Parts: sequence; structure tokens; C-alpha cells
Amino acid sequence: MGTGTGTMGILDYDFMVTAFAASGVVALVAGIVGVFLVARGQTFAGHALSHVGFAGATAAGLIGISPLFGMIGMTLAAGIAMGLLGERLSGRDVAIGIVLALSLGFGLLFLHYYTSFATQATALLFGNVLAVSGDTLRTLVAIAVVTLGGLAVISRPLLFATLQPELAEAKGVSLRLTGVIFMAIVALTVSASVQIVGILLVFTLMVGPAATAERLTARLGSALAVAAGLAVAEAWAGIAIAYYTDWPTSFCITLLSALAYFGAVAGTRR
Amino acid sequence: MSAIAFDHVTLAIAGREVLSDVSLAVGQGEFIGVLGPNGAGKTTLMRAILGLLKPASGRISVDGADVRRGNPAIGYLPQTRSTSADLQLTGRDFIASSIDGERYGLPFLNAGRRQALDEALATVGATGLAGRRFREMSGGERQRLLFAQALIGGPRILLLDEPLISLDPRHQTAVVELARGLCRDKGITILFSAHDINQLIGAVDRILYLGNRQATLGTVDEVITAPVLSRLYGSPIEVVRAGGRVFVLSGAQEVESGAHLHEHDEAYGHGHGHHGHP
Repeated sequence: MGTGTGTMGILDYDFMVTAFAASGVVALVAGIVGVFLVARGQTFAGHALSHVGFAGATAAGLIGISPLFGMIGMTLAAGIAMGLLGERLSGRDVAIGIVLALSLGFGLLFLHYYTSFATQATALLFGNVLAVSGDTLRTLVAIAVVTLGGLAVISRPLLFATLQPELAEAKGVSLRLTGVIFMAIVALTVSASVQIVGILLVFTLMVGPAATAERLTARLGSALAVAAGLAVAEAWAGIAIAYYTDWPTSFCITLLSALAYFGAVAGTRR
Repeated sequence: MSAIAFDHVTLAIAGREVLSDVSLAVGQGEFIGVLGPNGAGKTTLMRAILGLLKPASGRISVDGADVRRGNPAIGYLPQTRSTSADLQLTGRDFIASSIDGERYGLPFLNAGRRQALDEALATVGATGLAGRRFREMSGGERQRLLFAQALIGGPRILLLDEPLISLDPRHQTAVVELARGLCRDKGITILFSAHDINQLIGAVDRILYLGNRQATLGTVDEVITAPVLSRLYGSPIEVVRAGGRVFVLSGAQEVESGAHLHEHDEAYGHGHGHHGHP
């Protein structure tokens, strides 16, 4: 974490520029995907996916491939499985929670056998946006293109299936297919968000801004815009505050996310 | 040509027969009240007409053609509107999601679709309602909007599954009159399921009474009789008429009206309590 010196501005450091770019791209995606995640009542599933990703990332480290790709592979597999289970998962928070804990346990086991990786454990759990490399940034941009592209294609039937599943089914929407594709999108978004705020704090980007936007507007278009804008603003402001205070970046982003949400709740009591 | 025809149709869910060897024909522009005890197959019958449940045997046709899923000629108002969605959209955005909702793409409407939406809202007198948040509306207001939604695309058949549940009597009358008006003014064929014959008496052309895996279609006077209902319930039924109302009794118990009193509109919740949780 850099502390501002008199002569160097915040954007004079390459790693800060990369951090702003990476967090901006990821926050944009997380905010938009988050609106649908919140709308579908699947926020806990998103939280669980990030924990499953922890096992994937540490397993990848153990066998010598990039933790990011281990995470993407594992969350995608778990996300698609969740999508296939669909309705049968609703109300199964206990089962999801046990899988979540088991995944963290496996992650711990993999770390135990790959001790040189242990220094990265904190970064995985709580994020380290200032350490994002150029390669990682390119992967994050690719994830953003795939997720937003996928969402653009399925958003109409997805929204229909979310709001009125019985009618959507009657009109020919495959609830399962839309559910599977959406959970794959969520899995990719989770993997990207982890690079910014870590496994334990993905709610900060994926749920906070979307839930805040949902309080502030009753129009779908504005909810998407507000969630995306808030997520990017919180991520960028969080990095800037961290830069000037030397507090951990992820803490600053979670603080802003929570303040925005509770501010919106207090301001729109209904 | 019948709007809806069943030809020796057997419907089964998970191997259990709900309707067995049922044949019937509903004419174009008829207003049919669908009645029967809980579990008699009212929803199952509608799902079969929508093509969501394939008959175990027999043939169902709509406007003379085999049923198919996603038939735009059929408007549907499902009973279990299980939206647990934590998305507080306006009524307008809520029902807009259904327009071409099965097509891929972004969920925003072009001018033509917006006009179709406005016309449907105006038809049921819900234009002023549509700007409010759907989840904050009363049951009657929601039902009015969902009616508008079912009308978008100009369906020739409307399947209305228990639209009176959780409505107070004043709103029940309004919804029945709305359906009656659509049937009369636009010639739409309507299947309207309900718990209590008295909610529909005087409004419907005929009654489709389900029970005991059988179905009987006829006028109120033909169907609501002790012999017919005894057969459909599989036990002795008494029919008492008093003050323009009909009471269907099994022993001393009234079997029909009042059944809906046990059902609550839990799917929606009301206002607080549904927000906030992560």
C-alpha cells in the first residue's frame, strides 16, 4: 500500500493505474450481475461460489497452475451444478452452507501441503487489488466481455423467469437453461470480484451496490445504472482512501458499500 | 370449431391420475367457471392446455390444433405467483418483463411494445396504477395489472387460475366483472377457476366441475345438482339454494365456499420483512 508522497500523484504509479482499471472493470460487471443476483434471491449461492473458488484456487496453486484459472474452473463447475439443481436448491441454505464450509476446509488442506503458497492466502481471502498484474487485468477484461455479453443475450428471459416463473415457463422459457447460464455468469463474476476484494468480501461488490440501487429506484434500467455506477464509485473511492490513509483497500471498499446501503435504507424507509 | 377440446384425455402427475378419460368442448367466446375441490386438477388442466403437461393419453386441441407450449393465442394468469424476487419494480416494469419475455436480448421495450402495454393497461383501467411498486400493491390492484399482462398480444383464450384468492368480496366482484366484460366485448374464451360457485354465479356461461378424476361441463343448473356433485366428490352431496346463492353440503359441512379462507397470499408478503436480508 503506498502512502502519497509530496511529489508523486496517485496515478503516477503503474500499479495504481492497473488497480483502478481492474477494479473499475470488475465493479461494473459485479454491479450489473448483482442486480439480477439480488432480484433472484440467490445472493447466498453467490457467496458460496466464492468459497468453492477458494478450494479451486489453492488446488491450482498446489499443482502449479494459476490460482485465478483454478478459481474460474471450480466456480464455473459449481455454478453450473447449482443452476442444474435449480428449484431443488431453494430453501437448502444448510446444504449450501455445509458445501461452503467444506470448500474452505479443502482450501486449507491444499494450503497446508503447499506452504509457499500460504503468503497468498490473505490476498485470496481479503483481496489485494494493488497487486493485480497486467496479465490478470487482461483476464478480468475478458471475463467482463464474456459475462456482460452473456447477460445481454439472456437478460430478457432471465428477468421474466425471475419475476414470474410459472408464466415464463408457459411462454416457452427454459427455467433451467436460463438458470444455468446465469449461474455460470455469476461464477465468472465471483472469480473476477475475488481478485479485487477477496473471497470473503465478494458481497461488497456483488450485493451491496445492487441492494442499494434496489432501494433507490423502482425502474429496471435505473437500477442497473445505479448499481454499476455505485460499484465503480465505491471501488475507486475505496482505493483512493486506502492510498491516503494506508488502511487496507478491501476494508475501505466494504465500508463505502455498507455506508451506501444503510444510507439508502435510512433514506427510503418504507 | 371448439376453442378448447379434450378427446379422451387422461392427465397424470408422477403416475397419479388427476383426470381420467375426460372429453369436453369449450366453444369460442364462452366464459367457463372451473370448480372442484382442492387437488381436483384445476391447475393441472390449465397446465395441460398450455402444453406444460403432456396427456398420458388422449388429445387436447386449441382452436383445432394440437396444444403447444408458448402458444401466443393463450393468455395465462397463474395461481402460484411465487415471485420471491427482491426487486421492487414498478407494476409497469413488472409486467413489461413478460412482453416477448421468451426471446433473447435486453429487457427493454421498443415503441410498439410500449404502446401494446399502454393499451392493455387502459383496457383494465390500470394506467394510473402502473407507476407504483408492484410489491406494495393490494391483491386487487395486482390482479388488475396481471389481467392487463395476460391481455398483451391479443390472446383469444384466457386461463385464469384462482384470480379471486386473497381478494375481499368487493374486489372479487370487480375481477369477475372484468373477466365477464373481456369475454363479452372482445369475444375472448375464458376459463376462470374459483373455490366458490357463488363468486361466479350469474357471470359464467357454463361450469366445468372437476372431482374424483372426472369432469362435468354444463350450465349451473345442470352441474350443481346433488347427483352430479355426489359423483364428482365420491360421497353424498346436498345442494341447497337460498337467497340466490348455492350451498354445496356434505353431511352438515359446507364443502365449497370457505375453502379459500385457509389460503393466504404468502408468496408476496407485504412490504417490510422481505427487504434487507442479504
